[in-house]
Amino acid sequence: MKFINYLETITGIGIFPLISLTIFFGFFTLMTLWVIKADKGYINELKNLPLEEGNEQTKTIES
Amino acid sequence: MEKEKFSYDNRIVSWFAWATVVWGVVGMLVGLLVAFQIMIPEMNFGIEYTTFGRTRPLHTNAVIFAFVGNGIFMGVYYSLQRLLKTRMYSDLLGKIHFWGWQTIILAAAITLPLGFTTGKEYAELEWPIDIAITLVWVVFGWNMFATILKRRERHLYVAIWFYIATFITVAMLHVVNSFEIPVSMFKSYSWYAGVQDALVQWWYGHNAVAFFLTTPYLGLMYYFLPKAAERPVYSYRLSIIHFWALIFIYIWAGPHHLLYTALPDWAQNLGVVFSIMLIAPSWGGMINGLFTLRGAWDKVRSEPILKFMVVAVTAYGMATFEGPMLSLKNVNAISHFTDWTIAHVHVGALGWNGFLTFGVLYWLMPRLFNTKLHSLKMANTHFWLGTLGILVYAVPMYWAGFAQSFMWKEFTADGRLKYEFLETVTHVVPLYWARGIGGLLYFAGVIVMVVNLAKTAMSGKLVANEDAEALPLQEYKAHKGEHWHRWIERRPVQMLVLSFVAVLIGGVIEFVPSFLVKSNIPTISSVKPYTPLELEGRDIYIKEGCYNCHSQMIRPFRDEVERYGEYSKAGEFVYDHPFQWGSKRTGPDLQRIGMKYNNAWHYNHMLEPTSTSEGSIMPPYPWLFEKEIKYDNMPAKIRAMQTLGVPYEEGYDKLAIEDMKKQAMEIQADLKKSNIETPADIEIIALIAYLQRMGTDIKVSKE
Repeated sequence: MKFINYLETITGIGIFPLISLTIFFGFFTLMTLWVIKADKGYINELKNLPLEEGNEQTKTIES
Repeated sequence: MEKEKFSYDNRIVSWFAWATVVWGVVGMLVGLLVAFQIMIPEMNFGIEYTTFGRTRPLHTNAVIFAFVGNGIFMGVYYSLQRLLKTRMYSDLLGKIHFWGWQTIILAAAITLPLGFTTGKEYAELEWPIDIAITLVWVVFGWNMFATILKRRERHLYVAIWFYIATFITVAMLHVVNSFEIPVSMFKSYSWYAGVQDALVQWWYGHNAVAFFLTTPYLGLMYYFLPKAAERPVYSYRLSIIHFWALIFIYIWAGPHHLLYTALPDWAQNLGVVFSIMLIAPSWGGMINGLFTLRGAWDKVRSEPILKFMVVAVTAYGMATFEGPMLSLKNVNAISHFTDWTIAHVHVGALGWNGFLTFGVLYWLMPRLFNTKLHSLKMANTHFWLGTLGILVYAVPMYWAGFAQSFMWKEFTADGRLKYEFLETVTHVVPLYWARGIGGLLYFAGVIVMVVNLAKTAMSGKLVANEDAEALPLQEYKAHKGEHWHRWIERRPVQMLVLSFVAVLIGGVIEFVPSFLVKSNIPTISSVKPYTPLELEGRDIYIKEGCYNCHSQMIRPFRDEVERYGEYSKAGEFVYDHPFQWGSKRTGPDLQRIGMKYNNAWHYNHMLEPTSTSEGSIMPPYPWLFEKEIKYDNMPAKIRAMQTLGVPYEEGYDKLAIEDMKKQAMEIQADLKKSNIETPADIEIIALIAYLQRMGTDIKVSKE
């Protein structure tokens, strides 16, 4: 009941790392391309999400 | 469309905030205790519960899971509601989460001093607590996700991505690393053995740093730093790359904790390559944080909150530059097992986690209590005490690290080791004192903060429910030609799945080969399972936390082979559930301690370390000479080991106790030859059996 036996019984497990690597690089390239091309207005909208909280006080605190 | 009225739940945030403060004080206080115990063994108070081997895990667990853990939840519960323009999904789940987490911390604070430990660093808690952690973590995730699903803001700000990745990855790490087979209520054996156990443990250990101490805090940085600076993050594009690069790459880097060990080379090299790659996203994040303050540096001068955050982000940058450097094999050869590691992690813990937490607390508390900070001056005092504390802590530790390493490696002209191990210990003790003072300064700052925050809270009143209003979320139609990444950003569930895939990939690549390829762990025919008495001794070794100061891993270096003996082979550890390679040599390596000294030496040494090793800072272990060996559990232990694949003969569990007693009597008889009269059934006898066995299997094969 050693742990390694479970993985050994999976047929074609050798391909897993290859698939993983492909997904990794594929996703990464696409993401980088998108980030470079993304619309500026849209990015600005996202960027300001934490700051647009209506009635919240934004002054820095002084004693 | 009309705005909907609702309220934010501030009560739960304030609870987590106070828990952060309280556990921070406790964790750091225990930290101070261990810092002084290392120089003054008497500060163990002569009782087992407060001895270094047990207090050190208490310190690390308290700081990581109690202080930083509550800090994460404080920040998440506050920012998530505001970023999504909705109240948390369920007040009840929040309460269960809060009390569940505090109960776990309490359970840890009780069980660790009692010696209930799995013997795996930062994962010491035993199996019932492991299960509780899993359940409470699921409650946290459930509450978070349900909140995300009922949001009034379509887009998920980048901080929330970090929270999602944190949730899913910590869940995976915890479950995989905690695979263990229970023997009794508070004793279990790791499912994995030796090299595999080491690989899984440091995959966990490294990513606990990544996904418990880093990603959630980056989420907090991306929310609270812009809030405090009153300007948006420098580059949102960079933050997207930062996120994906970080979670993809971090997960691969675990093996860099095992360089030059018996871990197969390809796994070590994989760890190195990905560790170096990590500089890019980490520094991207640091630059993003610091540049957010562009044009606002004048505020940094007057605003302690920003000061704390600037130092935190800088410490993040330093630690994440140092990390990859420490992953280079030639640097690691110097740093590993020394105090350099301690310096490195404390730059991260005191600087990054500590200071960011303090900054957030100072920002948050006045808002939760609708008042102003009691004293800006006290906050500034805290800042300077803390900064000074970090420096006075870190610099001597770096120095100690270098000193240790170079002294270990120094040879005389005629080719002998220049220093005894003990000389390298006594040499750095003054530096340990300096570290203790650094810790005191840092702690003094924290006390100033506690007073300041308490007075702040008393001057106001908790706004338990903060009124807010926002437009409800409208049906959204994707326009043509929209990019797929925008599609993800609106979909938290898909985000979760993708993050999971990302972190799973690294894990799969690391583990599959070591579990699969038999040649990665060559079997050595002379390596045999432990005898029952040795196994019992090993459990005592684990219980006393010997691994906190002693490694069992001789690296293939000239000085280590000269000092300790033949370097460690992967095949030697195949029956070690769990592995005990250790990560720090406050004391010498023990892998080849077996048969190096006689039984009497060990007996005397454990009773009074300075009697055999003058100047030793190891504490005495008198209780091992009083407590009787528990024979009753042995059959269950043997059966558990059999389940894990350790080749004890069928039915051996019934013979084990008899064998134990026999071997104990042999040791008793041998001690008698050295004029030591002792009963055979006390714990020290079992420990001696284990110590004398360690690393001897290969010696036999040479004969």
